[in-house]
Amino acid sequence: MPRETETRRTPRLLTRLARAARQVIGAPDYEAYLDHCRRAGHPVRLTRSAYIAEILERRGTSRCC
Amino acid sequence: MRRLGSVLLWIGVSLAGAAAFGVLALSRGEPVSAAWLLTAALASYAIGYRFYSRFLANRVFGLDDRRATPAERHDNGRDFVPTNRYVLYGHHFAAIAGAGPLVGPVLAAQFGFLPGTLWLVLGVVLAGAVQDFTVLFCSLRRDGKSLGQMAKEEVNSTAGVVGMVAVLFIMIILLAVLALIVVNALKGSPWGLFTIVCTIPIALLMGWWMRVWRPGAVGEASLVGALLLVAALSGGAFVASHPALARPFTQSGVALTWMIMAYGFVASVLPVWMLLTPRDYLSTFLKITTIAVLGLTIFIVLPPLRMPAVTVFARLGQGPVFAGKVFPFAFITIACGAISGFHALIASGTTPKMIARESDARFIGYGGMLMESFVGIMAMIAACILDPGVYFAMNTAPAALAQASQTLQQAGFVVSPDVMQSLAARMGEQTLVARAGGAPSLAVGMAQLFSSLTRTLGGSGFEALWYHFAIMFEALFILTTIDAGTRVGRFMLQELLGHAAPKLGATSWYPSILIASAGITAGWGFFLYQGVVDPLGGINSLWPLFGIANQLLAAVALCVGTTILIKMGRARFAWVTLVPLLWLLAVTMTAGVEKVFASDPHLGFLAHAATVAAGAPNAARLIFNDHMDAAMALLFMGIVAVLVGASVWEWWLVLSQRKRPQVHEAPFTESAYATGD
Repeated sequence: MPRETETRRTPRLLTRLARAARQVIGAPDYEAYLDHCRRAGHPVRLTRSAYIAEILERRGTSRCC
Repeated sequence: MRRLGSVLLWIGVSLAGAAAFGVLALSRGEPVSAAWLLTAALASYAIGYRFYSRFLANRVFGLDDRRATPAERHDNGRDFVPTNRYVLYGHHFAAIAGAGPLVGPVLAAQFGFLPGTLWLVLGVVLAGAVQDFTVLFCSLRRDGKSLGQMAKEEVNSTAGVVGMVAVLFIMIILLAVLALIVVNALKGSPWGLFTIVCTIPIALLMGWWMRVWRPGAVGEASLVGALLLVAALSGGAFVASHPALARPFTQSGVALTWMIMAYGFVASVLPVWMLLTPRDYLSTFLKITTIAVLGLTIFIVLPPLRMPAVTVFARLGQGPVFAGKVFPFAFITIACGAISGFHALIASGTTPKMIARESDARFIGYGGMLMESFVGIMAMIAACILDPGVYFAMNTAPAALAQASQTLQQAGFVVSPDVMQSLAARMGEQTLVARAGGAPSLAVGMAQLFSSLTRTLGGSGFEALWYHFAIMFEALFILTTIDAGTRVGRFMLQELLGHAAPKLGATSWYPSILIASAGITAGWGFFLYQGVVDPLGGINSLWPLFGIANQLLAAVALCVGTTILIKMGRARFAWVTLVPLLWLLAVTMTAGVEKVFASDPHLGFLAHAATVAAGAPNAARLIFNDHMDAAMALLFMGIVAVLVGASVWEWWLVLSQRKRPQVHEAPFTESAYATGD
């Protein structure tokens, strides 16, 4: 039983770590966008590629010295 | 019992900090372990965070978790995203930390390790972190508005325009000085130049990978990019060892100036996803990893500091790295790490749009700046573990070295040519003499630390590899700032041009993009070229100008913060921003006046222009450059005077009840987090 819980927990932890790393460097996270739309009850207006293009286009104009 | 434990703990932290400062201050020439410097800094940060930031959060700002933040109210899954505080801390830190906290302390080490360390520690606790936290709080309460917008709304429209002009000029000086650091690090260095040139096709490949081939696969593309970087780093050693291959990568400072200007122009014109974005991801990964490893290495190796606590140059003001006494120039030289106006742009940019709870602003705004200060402390350690003779030989232009040689000899800061030759050979360079700019000496310090670690772990030293890794690390994120800065400058110039001809204000119209990009590149390129051909090394005149400009922006931010506190009815707490503001005004104005009017030609621009002989080579250009530098310094001082005047007038109107205080906060909305939804 504990082994089963472990195996389910590890990928979830990895997914969360990967998502955190993406947020730290400001990388696009389409799953987070879908989560947001689901939570807020908004229609999903951007496709994956449109979302990624938008985030990549907006990137990198706030770098300090 | 728990309270007693807490009191005892904080008494212990205070005593440890006081003891560490005591050891640092009382050392007289003997090597001091870096452990004392780390203890002094960490104890001060802990006390500052625990007590002062809590006072700011609870009493001064009145942070309220019942109030929904902009991220919660405008959550759109893109700009406005409620983000975990630890994740956002990393994101904010990656945005604020650049080359500044690394280079400034290295240059200020000419005064010894103590003045810079005191300024880094006290400055951040009482000024820098306060500025970042205040601006973040103000923007958080105003839907994430920018500093310029807040200045316009809360002070007056003159302040808004002045703030915007200030940012544009600061950007130009910043880009010039950062580019100069890269040029000085790469001139005559085939290994370094080859590695940096390779980062361009690597970034283009990553851009294509993330956008076209595998959309959104940032992790994958970054991993490939990192592996290719390692290959480029190793390939650099091969290139440098073959004369025919090394020749095209062995370039003079002037040639590198034209190359870097061409790069800045192209990066500003190309779509952002193609070059800027992938380079930014790569440099962010590298920055966070390298800083973490550097910190860990210092804690493990605990190297002795070989630089004295205070050198003769603090008092004499004739330092070969840059001229001027410890006051005001230590406080201008170290901006990032103690207080940096540039942070106000980040704290009123992306970060306030991502904060989930108001109380997180303390950890992210105040705590993030403490971490940047710690990076500055690490840079100070890396510079001060070098033999002082080596440090001065590396950071001094030949003309300045000849002038300072007597003082250097009297102070015992001498090094034989053999030692420098042997050091250069170990680092895989032809020479390390007169490599002013801070980056090469930081790289040597980092290489020595990393090689000590690898030797401790049982491996070889790999000093040359670590040296070029450190150069690549610095150059990579300086170039990222050049990419982003030229682009931001282009947008600002397009906005200004748009007032004259609306078509030129269209940011996607290609003729306008080309004109504005060329304008901004020419602006910073002019100062860069001037720095490169300067017989005293360029850093001598450009870094103080950059420091003055950066502190000016901090003064703008503190003026806005003070105005908002007064309007909020918290005038009794306005000293938290007013005291740092007064200090910055004293520093900036004194430095500005000295840089323009000092009679010492090594210090004063006008005095230097007067000493250039009429028949000397490039006399007309040198005189013109001096006059231009003097005009910039006077312009910065004028901007400060206008902005402070406008703010003081506003404070007077509000405090004398001639004007109703009206803050432009977003209306209160109950947070769902507070109600447990």
